[in-house]
Amino acid sequence: MHMLYMIFVDPFVQMGSAPDLFAQTLWEGLVAGVLYALIALGFVLIFKASGVFNFAQGIMVVFAALTLVGLYEHGVPAFLALALTVGVMLLLAIAIERLVLRPLVNQPEIILFMATFGLTYILIGSGELIFGGDPKVMISDKLLLPSGAYQIKMLGGFVQMQKIDIAAAIIASAMVVGLGIFFQKTRIGRALRAVADSHRAALSVGISLEYIWVVVWFAAGVVALATGIMWGARSNVSFALEIIALKALPVLILGGFTSIPGAIIGGVIIGVGEKIGEFYWGPLFGSGIEDWFAYVIALIFLLFRPQGLFGERIIERI
Amino acid sequence: MLYREAGQFKTSYRADQALFPIRQDQIGIILILLVAFVVVPLTASPFMIDSFLTPILIYSLAAIGLNLLTGYTGLLSLGTGAFMGVGAYGCYKLTTFFPGISIIVLIIGSGFLAAAAGIVFGLPSLRIKGFYLTVATLAAQFFLSWCYIRVPWLYNYNVSASIEVPERLVFGIPITGPTATVTTRYLVVLAIVTVMTWAASNLIRGRIGRAWMAIRDMDIAAELIGIKPYQTKLLAFAVSSFYCGVAGAMLVFLYLGNAESESFSINQSFLVLFMIIIGGLGSLLGSFFGATLIYGLPIVMRMTKESFGIGVTSATLEQINFITLGTLIILFLIAEPSGLARLWQIGKQKLRVWPFPY
Repeated sequence: MHMLYMIFVDPFVQMGSAPDLFAQTLWEGLVAGVLYALIALGFVLIFKASGVFNFAQGIMVVFAALTLVGLYEHGVPAFLALALTVGVMLLLAIAIERLVLRPLVNQPEIILFMATFGLTYILIGSGELIFGGDPKVMISDKLLLPSGAYQIKMLGGFVQMQKIDIAAAIIASAMVVGLGIFFQKTRIGRALRAVADSHRAALSVGISLEYIWVVVWFAAGVVALATGIMWGARSNVSFALEIIALKALPVLILGGFTSIPGAIIGGVIIGVGEKIGEFYWGPLFGSGIEDWFAYVIALIFLLFRPQGLFGERIIERI
Repeated sequence: MLYREAGQFKTSYRADQALFPIRQDQIGIILILLVAFVVVPLTASPFMIDSFLTPILIYSLAAIGLNLLTGYTGLLSLGTGAFMGVGAYGCYKLTTFFPGISIIVLIIGSGFLAAAAGIVFGLPSLRIKGFYLTVATLAAQFFLSWCYIRVPWLYNYNVSASIEVPERLVFGIPITGPTATVTTRYLVVLAIVTVMTWAASNLIRGRIGRAWMAIRDMDIAAELIGIKPYQTKLLAFAVSSFYCGVAGAMLVFLYLGNAESESFSINQSFLVLFMIIIGGLGSLLGSFFGATLIYGLPIVMRMTKESFGIGVTSATLEQINFITLGTLIILFLIAEPSGLARLWQIGKQKLRVWPFPY
């Protein structure tokens, strides 16, 4: 009885009695969610256009951030380093298409998925080999990103909002809008959607698969770079971020593998659910439930809506 | 020349369906077992046994477990490390509760605990498949890893939050704990792995294994010919977790001697997955090849470095190891998706027709 009270009543009483604390938790969940969503966005881009479930997306985030900081540490000015990192991501996209995707064309999805495991390991190894394994500080101030925090008075208390978090939310929304326009309006965007629908039909109307794949992997690389800067500004840049990248998987389940708005909304749901779960229910189980809470949300969700919130319903025929 | 089955006529279906229908294979397996059981313990150095043979055998068993699920049933799992952990922690609790029962029985018994965990986390496999199921197994990985840290009951409220293996005797000979010799532990591991591999090879040749493969190749067609997909998938999860659980229990009790949650992290899952990718999906022999390569590679690299005195730090070596591993995986997926086992088969075929090309 006491246990039931602790699970079903007490957390809500706490929420009601300290609304400012609740608002703070909500905000933090929201920000974490936006960052999960950014990682998930990279997954969705690649999955939509090539049907590859890119496990390496999380590592690409770290790799991009590490390249940026590493170049800066070697004396390259911040914005030049940013441009160079974008160049590195382009090279990476070309290399992946050339060396991994092209030889594996027409293989089962699961083989491509496992190839991205290999990619993950190569990126971890080479990233550490080139730039060193110790955590680095993101050069957010050099990139003119704001620091500090706003104290907002509300609900009888204060809610603290980091400026960098607000910037992250704005950049994320801008990126989603930008990608949306890119997909809907531009020539390449239409070609991308055509490839997503059917590789063969796209080929037959003269769309170059190789070119499209480089474009999506490059786009995913740029998204990864933006994500890396935002994550890096909140904590240090190191391969410990890898484990956070795995959090993007439940986001994908929630949002569906093929939907960009789904990735965003899924990210926010997971971020908020996780932070509130940890804060109000965590102490009951001994803290640290953040590690798996997202997966549990996603699993429960899967049981009722296997295709995700916005995913296309897949009708299987014999 | 030597490897030719001409003249070996089968007169019954039984002989035709035997595990090793070719006489040379029978002689070969007997020789291998003889070497493994008699020659190695007598001649190999304790270092060789302890740092290569025992762990490779244990990982081979884990790889067989994952191969039954991923290679034969087509369900990709990233929870291997967690299921190995269930075996290890389960075995530890069993030794606490039943100190009188033989440790070998308990190690096998802990496999059943892992099988139960596998069934629980395999439940979503009715509704979801493919990548979604893979993410569901990740849930198992993270949830169980969390349990190994946060549930002190599992490690008997030990202050170091790790499990210490108690000493246990079988027929008066210590086989676990600090007093057990390397050779005894190797022989116990070898015996368990041999029996379980034999069981697995019979399982996959029989009705159950064929049902698994039918599900893998096309689940809807399999259902139409009367295979119940749900039971078959759950059984695959159970058997696979059983193998992983026994491997995990052996890893701690017969090899490491103590363990904490880190021993069963997601990296362990990746490692076993890489073993079956490189060894060969859907091949028992491949599980052994893969385990040897993946486990042996970093050790060989380290030993090369030490013996030649190449001036690289161990951190650099680990990074090079990561890159090599990743490259190997991609190379194998491109050049030989069926892994080392397929190369072995090609080699055998070439040997059969030698000196002719075909």
